Amino acid sequence: MNSYELSSADLDALREFGNIGAGHAATAFSALVGGVVRISVTDARLCRFAEVVDVVGGSDAMVVAVYIRIEGEIAGNMFVVLSTESADRLVDELIPGREHGRPYGEMEYSALGEVGNILSGAYVAAIADLCGARLTQSIPAVAIDMASALLDIGLMYGSSEDNQVLLISTRVTHGGREIQAHFFLLPDFDSASTLFQILRGKMPSD
Amino acid sequence: MTDEGIEIRVGIAEGAILRGKGRLVTAGLGSCVGVVIYDAEGRVAGLAHVMLPESPPRDIRAPHKYADTAIDWLIREIVEAGGCPRRLRAKYAGGAQMFQGVKMEALRVGERNAEAVKKRLADRGIPVMASDVGGHQGRTLWFDLPSCVLTVRTARGETRAL
Repeated sequence: MNSYELSSADLDALREFGNIGAGHAATAFSALVGGVVRISVTDARLCRFAEVVDVVGGSDAMVVAVYIRIEGEIAGNMFVVLSTESADRLVDELIPGREHGRPYGEMEYSALGEVGNILSGAYVAAIADLCGARLTQSIPAVAIDMASALLDIGLMYGSSEDNQVLLISTRVTHGGREIQAHFFLLPDFDSASTLFQILRGKMPSD
Repeated sequence: MTDEGIEIRVGIAEGAILRGKGRLVTAGLGSCVGVVIYDAEGRVAGLAHVMLPESPPRDIRAPHKYADTAIDWLIREIVEAGGCPRRLRAKYAGGAQMFQGVKMEALRVGERNAEAVKKRLADRGIPVMASDVGGHQGRTLWFDLPSCVLTVRTARGETRAL
């Protein structure tokens, strides 16, 4: 078994890890928008990069992506990807009095960046808790374009044929509105085995 | 412009060769560069979806992924498919910086990819007939044979024929 293959116990552990991160993120979201925010994990697994593009709707699909770089004991690239519909709902929610359908400006980009920051920050904290490591994350960068065009930079550090991505898909609900947010972590080549060992070795289910 | 014939789709870090009539397509180029080398008279063309500027010393499994090895692969395969080395020409597009406002070396890979493609083509003596690089938008592109037109479309719907 290579370091990427996971048993069903490992997958449960990965889902549990997803839930821990989602819990952190829900708390942070509640503080941002007020009221109860629920975040449930709809999918948690390791997959190939090519699959990531399919998960978000295909290489030509227009999506909103937030890019964050993490450094430290584990280094890698993170993306939070939203459909344009989910992003629209989110900015309406986050910017009081926003006229629906208005073209995105600085406010919208900044709001989306903050959402990416919260989600990725929650998962970075979950990883840091598990391995007791200190990790730092960059400020978020937001862009709207074709999915594969946005995600291709994620592969530049982990340039291996066996490149795998940690995927956690979540459903965020708040006040009757629902958005889908996908979280991807592409560990750098040197960090991949460290991360996957942590995920399978230190999980509560082991 | 469509020249009919077959359509070959080229994925990220992949490459393909086309003979006769048809179209080579690659979708969603961000920092990647789509490089086409062709022999118009011989009606042979190849497209590679280049992801990184330089190949590491040992990775020979994926020649299409790196600017240097992808261009050498294209030349070799096109000549093998009947292309004439003296008649080879190139067109390329891509190398955008998708995420702005963050100063990180990683986000500048598009620029480095485009430079590496330009340099390797010059090193191999292949004239560049057209290119469309840089900017902050993703590109989908297709190359038609026998017309040898490279069409570039952005996510905003702008289309350019090179």
